[in-house]
Amino acid sequence: MDMNYYNGEYDIAVVGAGHAGVEAALASARLGCKTALFTISLDYISVMPCNPSIGGTAKGHLVREIDALGGEMGKAADKTFLQSRMLNRGKGPAVHSLRVQSDRIAYHAYMKKVVENQQNLDVKQAEIVAVEYEDGKITGVVTRINTRYKVKAVIIATGTFLKGVIHVGDVSYQSGPDSVLPANMLSQSLKECGVFLRRFKTGTPARVHKRSINFDLLEKQDGDEKIVPFSFENNDELKNQVSCYIAYTNENTHNIIKENIKRSALFSGKIEGVGPRYCPSIEDKIVRFSDKPRHQLFVEPMGLDTDEMYLQGMSTSLPEDVQIKFLRSIKGLENVEIMRNAYAIEYDCCDPTELLPTLEFKAVPGLYGAGQFNGTSGYEEAAAQGLVAGINAALKLKGESPFVLDRASSYIGTLIDDLVTKGCSDPYRMLTSRSEYRLLLRQDNADERLTPAGYKIGLISEERYQHLLKKQSQINDEVKRLWKLNMSPTNELNDYLESVGTARLKTGIKLAELIRRPQVTYDATKAFDIERPLLSDEVREQVELNIKYEGYIAIQLEQVHAMRKLEEKKLSEDIDYRDIRGLRLEAIEKLNKIKPLSVGQASRVSGVNPADISVLLIWLEQRGRKN
Amino acid sequence: MSTICAVSTPHAVGGISVIRISGEKAIEISGRIFSTTSQTPVEKMEGYTCCYGKIIFEGREIDDGILTVFRAPRSFTGEDVCEISCHGGIFVTNLVLRAIISNGAEPAQAGEFTKRAFLNGKLSLTQAEAVMDVINAQGEQALRVAVSSHEGALYKNIREISLCLVSLLGELAAWVDYPEEDLPDIEYSAFKTSLENSLIKLEALLATYDTGRIIRQGIDTAIVGKPNVGKSTLMNFLLGFERSIVTDIEGTTRDIVEENVKIGDFILRLSDTAGIRSTEDIVESAGVSLSYKKINQADLVIAVFDNARELSTEDLNIVEKIKDKNAICVINKSDLPPLLDKKFLADKFNFVVEISAKDKTGLKEIENALEAIFMLKQLDFSAGIVANERQRKCVKDAHFYLKEALDILSSGETYDAVTVLIDKSAQSLLELTGERVTDNVVSDVFSRFCVGK
Repeated sequence: MDMNYYNGEYDIAVVGAGHAGVEAALASARLGCKTALFTISLDYISVMPCNPSIGGTAKGHLVREIDALGGEMGKAADKTFLQSRMLNRGKGPAVHSLRVQSDRIAYHAYMKKVVENQQNLDVKQAEIVAVEYEDGKITGVVTRINTRYKVKAVIIATGTFLKGVIHVGDVSYQSGPDSVLPANMLSQSLKECGVFLRRFKTGTPARVHKRSINFDLLEKQDGDEKIVPFSFENNDELKNQVSCYIAYTNENTHNIIKENIKRSALFSGKIEGVGPRYCPSIEDKIVRFSDKPRHQLFVEPMGLDTDEMYLQGMSTSLPEDVQIKFLRSIKGLENVEIMRNAYAIEYDCCDPTELLPTLEFKAVPGLYGAGQFNGTSGYEEAAAQGLVAGINAALKLKGESPFVLDRASSYIGTLIDDLVTKGCSDPYRMLTSRSEYRLLLRQDNADERLTPAGYKIGLISEERYQHLLKKQSQINDEVKRLWKLNMSPTNELNDYLESVGTARLKTGIKLAELIRRPQVTYDATKAFDIERPLLSDEVREQVELNIKYEGYIAIQLEQVHAMRKLEEKKLSEDIDYRDIRGLRLEAIEKLNKIKPLSVGQASRVSGVNPADISVLLIWLEQRGRKN
Repeated sequence: MSTICAVSTPHAVGGISVIRISGEKAIEISGRIFSTTSQTPVEKMEGYTCCYGKIIFEGREIDDGILTVFRAPRSFTGEDVCEISCHGGIFVTNLVLRAIISNGAEPAQAGEFTKRAFLNGKLSLTQAEAVMDVINAQGEQALRVAVSSHEGALYKNIREISLCLVSLLGELAAWVDYPEEDLPDIEYSAFKTSLENSLIKLEALLATYDTGRIIRQGIDTAIVGKPNVGKSTLMNFLLGFERSIVTDIEGTTRDIVEENVKIGDFILRLSDTAGIRSTEDIVESAGVSLSYKKINQADLVIAVFDNARELSTEDLNIVEKIKDKNAICVINKSDLPPLLDKKFLADKFNFVVEISAKDKTGLKEIENALEAIFMLKQLDFSAGIVANERQRKCVKDAHFYLKEALDILSSGETYDAVTVLIDKSAQSLLELTGERVTDNVVSDVFSRFCVGK
């Protein structure tokens, strides 16, 4: 091979066209970088190898945030959903989470079209087997059939493909998900670049034929009547098209699994990869929670043009004969026919503490990681990282300052900070409980939190940004008006207050003060507020939340303020912490490994104590004075 | 930057203590607790001047001393600094520190004064290197204190409450993060009861921390014993040996005689109760039930036994009644020939002291027992006190937020808002061990709930 011959030249190559790769490639191309998106199969772009679903608790927040920054996932989900539900209604707005059932094939087709139509972006079916890295610079990528492309940066988004091995009972074989080819050669090349790789594992349940299920015996679950879209730009009329169903395991199911537990690849010791804690297989659940008499499973359609049904909750690596036997012990599934069997899959992934918050490898400039390759799990987590990696790869090539979201800005920021600062010992899933700023990071205000940043980067249009500014001024004006408006204790008002179960008024009160009562809603007070302006649903929602949660928001903002003060004290990557006198040995080791970008990040590294942080602050001051 | 304070002299009983306050509000805070004899307002004092005056906390005079004012930038730290020299004694010093903290200062972190001095340009670059060493040396010392307190009962209590809160948060998190799982709903009244239980525990914990209350009001001490065992003799014995009698408490000397007496570093508020015995006499039995009530309230019980008589049923009743209290067993009339079963008493009490009012012996032993019970010696250096104050502040914050959480839960607020306050409460407690609520809650969810797809 002629080492000087390249088949093409790109700014950025994205390896893998799953949920991470697609967002990365779109962001990079939209920011003006010439981008190549490589996938082992063009028919596997943005496919859902597990749940045919987007969103869910905390994940729904991620999708709204991706949309607010100018990503694609929310739009794709809105266009191809089959059923939509806002989870956690009644538990408070901070934890409302949107989740949709998706048409798996339609979602793939939508995203394929989007990447095909994207300017600056070439989509290519090819397995990348090597990343060329010389003298501290990324120079190219090589495909399985020795085609070379000259590139300046590479984003690895290989999902479960990297040295993928599928396990079903005692059978295992090299494969990507759904019998797509695995990527067996790239790992070696990454190791040669200096990337440390390890094995993680995940699993998926069986898909079964619709006609083999007795739906009369299952509980039906329908979507919301009033549907909230993922995308802040969506004004379409949205309709549910399918129902989901709920079934339960029973004692018999559990006995079948227990009798055959030794035949599970998980329990026979065949799998070395670490599986996710939040997403246990059914055999895992039965062993660890043996006192639970039944487990729930959801029967979800895979799409409008197929009879395949997904069995959420039944992920397993038991052999197929056991899978059939235990599924048929479930009421309603007595005659169930498996179309695709459940399996566990093991794959190579990196240690995310080797990454900067930009998702670039500290030791390999120009190489980025995103998605499952970084040790996470979930389409939404992947897409969020893809977006951030794509943005940062592009910004770096353009010589602009990096884009890092802090923990108080978003779940995306929390996700990445957790990954690069603390690392993960099992596949990482986003949860609302991972954020200390939950009341600030609501799904309803993602636009307010992130769209200005998306606009500044160049992923949000002027029109959309102006729309946000208008929305914000409407919210502010209305909140101010309500804090000025005096309400007299009229009989009508007092009757209303009594009817919702709260105290009557004796003297006048500001309307905002009244809305703060948990029992009183903004909309219900309209009858007593003749000058109320006509406002959109989304503005009214924000007005009410701003007033009701002001006190708690203030508490969280105080924490944010303290956190950001330390976040502003920047640390450069080239600091050798051994040179800082006064740091403890453990702190030196950890800080040299993580290379935090700020004192704030340093304070979250495990093994770094407050005294070490004091030393860092003094050292910074000392250095500042010397210069 | 916040205003910080710490005891800057090593602690030794009887010496002079210097408490240093540094920061924007140093002078303002000093003004609130220090009343100069010359009537000069503290705010008007110039740099490098000092005044004699009284230290006031919660309306009471707690000590007298000298206040020295240093005005920024001409001070050790480069900020406004006040130094209060007061009479030594661990409780008094601790109380002055408490007064300063209650008025808005933060307990200083290890090496923080030196750090500020450096950041404000008061130390040279070469000195900076030494500062880093100092910080870590002091950090290590603070760590040692923290480690030793880890073994303490207080630490265990805090741990227990924070685990309970984390587990409640775990329940909330699982319920919120896995709405599609077959998890039980959060049951309002059970949830509320759990919060209330934790709140009660925090209140109890705050009370045990309140050495300030003990010094301000004295240790509430009940002297009990069967009739004619020598309770009044003991009372007179203690009063007769006192170093200084603090005033009688007005209006409290009714059926129970109360006197304040200082023993070592302690002030005891003594209550001489009616002799305990079964009686048909209505008036006397009212006195007896008052005695029992007094026992329940007291911080400390001194049970008196007669060396020259055998143990009676009444004695045994008393032993039984006070078995869970902080108690000192005092054997009176040790100069007379013994008939008492001392071995039995030694088994029942941690502290047995023999006194003879006639020979005036035994006072030192009572003081030693008091020190052991109220753990004064553990506070015997400034890092210890600060560590203690910091713990207390954390517990106090935890209490504040938990109470808020309960209030808004009762008013019908949604769980997301309630969770924020429980989070803050748990975070206050976990700060002591440098842990984070989010990590703990996530682990709790995975270890206790069967969740996932």
